[in-house]
Amino acid sequence: MIDFFQHVINGLSLGSIYALIALGYTMVYGVLRLINFAHSEVYMMGAFIGYYTSRMFQLDQNPSFMNLLLVMIVAMAGCAVIGFVIERFAYRPLRGASGINALITAVGVSLFLQFSGQLGFGADPKFYPQIYQPAGEWSVGGLQVNPLQMIVAVIAVVLMLLLQYIIFGTRLGRAMRAVSFSRDTARLMGIPTDLVISATFMIGSALAGAAGVLVGLIYPKIDPLMGVMPGLKAFVAAVVGGIGNVVGAVIGALLLGLSEEFVVAFGRSTFRDALAFGLLILILLFRPQGLMGQNLREKV
Amino acid sequence: MGSATLKGLVPWLVALLTMAATHFLIVPILPSTLSEILVFAGINIVLAVSLNLVNGFTGQFSIGHAGFMAVGAYAAAWATLALRNAGIDLSDGTFIAQVILVGALVFGGLLSGVVGFLVGLPSLRLKGDYLAIVTLGFGEIIRVSLLNLDFLGGARGLSGIPRITSFLLVYLCVVVTVFVIWRLIRSNHGRALLAVREDEVAAESMGVNTTQAKVRAFAIGAFFAGIAGGLYGHYLTILSPAAFDFNRSFEIVIMVVLGGMGSLSGSVVAAVLLTLLREYLRDLAEYTQVDLRMIIYSLILIGLMLLRPNGLLGTRELKDFWRRRPTGKSA
Amino acid sequence: MKTSRFLAVLLTIGFVLGCTKKGDQTTEGGKPAGSSIVIGEVGSFTGDTATFGISTHQGIELATNELNKAGGLLGKIVEIVKYDNQGKEEEAATATNRLINQHKVAAILGEVASRRSKAMAPIAQSNKVPMVSPSSTNPEVTAIGDYIFRVCFIDPFQGAVMARFAFENLKAKKVAILRDVGQDYSVGLADAFTETYKKVGGEIVSDQSYTEKDVDFKAQLTAIRGLNPEAIFVPGYYTQVGLIARQARELGIKAPLLGGDGWDSPKLFEIGGKAVEGSYLSNHYSPDDKSELVQNFIKRYKEAYGQIPDGLAAQGYDAAMVLFDAIKRAGSTDAKALRDALAATKEYPGVTGKITIDDKRNASKPAVVLKVENGGFSYVTSISP
Repeated sequence: MIDFFQHVINGLSLGSIYALIALGYTMVYGVLRLINFAHSEVYMMGAFIGYYTSRMFQLDQNPSFMNLLLVMIVAMAGCAVIGFVIERFAYRPLRGASGINALITAVGVSLFLQFSGQLGFGADPKFYPQIYQPAGEWSVGGLQVNPLQMIVAVIAVVLMLLLQYIIFGTRLGRAMRAVSFSRDTARLMGIPTDLVISATFMIGSALAGAAGVLVGLIYPKIDPLMGVMPGLKAFVAAVVGGIGNVVGAVIGALLLGLSEEFVVAFGRSTFRDALAFGLLILILLFRPQGLMGQNLREKV
Repeated sequence: MGSATLKGLVPWLVALLTMAATHFLIVPILPSTLSEILVFAGINIVLAVSLNLVNGFTGQFSIGHAGFMAVGAYAAAWATLALRNAGIDLSDGTFIAQVILVGALVFGGLLSGVVGFLVGLPSLRLKGDYLAIVTLGFGEIIRVSLLNLDFLGGARGLSGIPRITSFLLVYLCVVVTVFVIWRLIRSNHGRALLAVREDEVAAESMGVNTTQAKVRAFAIGAFFAGIAGGLYGHYLTILSPAAFDFNRSFEIVIMVVLGGMGSLSGSVVAAVLLTLLREYLRDLAEYTQVDLRMIIYSLILIGLMLLRPNGLLGTRELKDFWRRRPTGKSA
Repeated sequence: MKTSRFLAVLLTIGFVLGCTKKGDQTTEGGKPAGSSIVIGEVGSFTGDTATFGISTHQGIELATNELNKAGGLLGKIVEIVKYDNQGKEEEAATATNRLINQHKVAAILGEVASRRSKAMAPIAQSNKVPMVSPSSTNPEVTAIGDYIFRVCFIDPFQGAVMARFAFENLKAKKVAILRDVGQDYSVGLADAFTETYKKVGGEIVSDQSYTEKDVDFKAQLTAIRGLNPEAIFVPGYYTQVGLIARQARELGIKAPLLGGDGWDSPKLFEIGGKAVEGSYLSNHYSPDDKSELVQNFIKRYKEAYGQIPDGLAAQGYDAAMVLFDAIKRAGSTDAKALRDALAATKEYPGVTGKITIDDKRNASKPAVVLKVENGGFSYVTSISP
């Protein structure tokens, strides 16, 4: 029984990591209807920005929560810039071109970041400095909880609420929703659509940056290809939850984390990666709008 | 039927004769590094052309081609290994080995085609980026399944596959693939595919069974990918699931996009160019100590989309350029 | 027409490149005949197991430099041509082909990972070029043909060593296994371990698996924890083992981890930190070995590269030295003579022990068991075949 609850905890903490990445996917898709393949690489860049910042200031010498916050802010800012550059130079010129072209560009950007990352950072895995080590381990009657993972879960929920607020409670959010609804009409109404899209990208990328730092801390092995699998799975989570829907992304991610955990625990762990895609295919076939999404009619 | 069709066959016959001549007269004196490059180029041509049928001519963007290649590669290798264990001599270069390989290739191709059909049936209801992701997902599922199939070696893969892929056979497959797909897109079925690409709703209302057309294209594409996989396995002598990850799928996609989605000769040219590029970059890597291939590939992708989204040839063919004025249609 | 001009230019470039290519080959083909002996090396200098390739290469380089400083071989200097395979078998095969046909190498050194050696060996065999693998431990590698050799022990032995060590030295009666199903190295070792461990009377309580790119192992470890094994056998590569150790400790698992030579990398301590302390692994050699031969080697290696050689560097060094010794005994680089000389290698005093090539072209020599202590490996015991 203890094991069962341990599996639940493991699954939820894995899910909260997917959730952090999925939030960015879902935001960009919600506004642009573009699967930003490069999102998982922005997440990787976040981890590396965090890595180099921590190394440069030797933040692992005296670990503290402030250090973590500091590194997260640097990584988020760095990733926002990267997101801005990607959008400005790779996606914006293609606005209005067919969806396939944008998709190919996204794949290109993603591959470019992966492999120039190998060039710049080296292909071998790097050890992520331990800039924050919460005291002790929380254990309740044999249940082990990594405090770091609790923090990740909390941060995921906080960011989700923050995003909800931005989208539904601010002027920027209203502009985003307008752009998402119809870009042309929004522009006619005087909304600076390019600016709104840039802002969306930057927010989404900053989230990926935060995720990169936190994941680096929990799984202290980072390499330039680290984003590929978590990125794909986060995407699956976003689709399962209903892409474009912030709460859905988190729910989808937790669901995916849990189901992966149980497949590994009670089935064969090699099917772990197949599970995510299987789930994706089932969802797309039977409920393409996702669990929380609204039904979108197909435009002709 | 008649003289027009026969005339259309002439270039293909010439191609066959040239290949045979190359095989018997030139290949024996080629350095084997070069013939290796040519073999890989040929395999890549088959892959690119078959993916172009789906991505270019039917307009369904698939990025899981490596999965079908894997099915064909494993099936063909499994077949020849089984035959060899049954005591049939499959040493290099014998005629019987070539015949058996052809049989194995067809077996691999058919199995791959069936898998393509099964994958295509549900997923082709989706469009655009969703379809792309789902094909990627199926590619990964195939790879993971191979990891779990012990009779196919699991993670260890298959080794000791007889090295019987010959230059002639590779280019025979190239010619057959290009020929079949060329004839296909000029047939009624092909017109249906093009119609699906241009406007699915309009095609449907004109009486084209779009789902059937798409699935058929998908299965045929998978069939040839399987053939390419079989050639690959019998050249490299070792197969492992890791060789068919999505980077391989992306490589094939890049060939198709570079050549032009909807241009057969474009795919051929791009496949050859990228295979050569890889070899030059290997030389370059001796100095730079890093492999620039994927970086260059990705820059090609981005650059193409921004500057020349239709690829080198767009939907035209090489011979359109040889005629001074393309008759009838303006480009 | 703009397009056609563009295309013409492109084709011309392709054609010109194609021609220069052939030019290269003739000059390179013509060059090596007189002045030097050319030996090929294929390794993973980038990719997931990059430190394997780099360490091995440093060992080979050290051996070559020493040899050339001492006057070379048969009056010629030895030149190493190396190719990176990025950890991919297809690249390894292509590189082998190039080494043989373009650089006309006398012999080939490589690879570390068995999967890649298996891609290279058929090509070396069919061209009758001797190939010596420094540390591919999968038994099938040398079974590919009579031109394929290795200077390390094989998996069944390595797995058996750890099984016997676990049962006899650690007195562990219940062991769990966590294997990397994406690597045949790991699968082979896990199978060998299982076989011996059951034979000596131990019980495998759980056999879990993961794949290369995984970073979260908690599900497997939680399942293992419930069964209370006295040790966990993790025959993977260093990149994952560090994370596995960490997560095992996080879950409160106290049992020691056991592994093989795939752990041998400084990165293990970096990633694993305190969590890998107290674990055991089997390896080819121990830097703690007090013999003059080993200590001398460590000193020279340190001077050249500023670090203590790991097992793979030592294997690389030995592979090169055994090959040079065979060339010397053969008196030429003639493939057949060299093959026979390699096969006749007997009691060669390598830094990883006395190397004798047996009739299956494997080296039979003892394995050492090391313990992870204070951020380094310390010698525990040697186990002979």
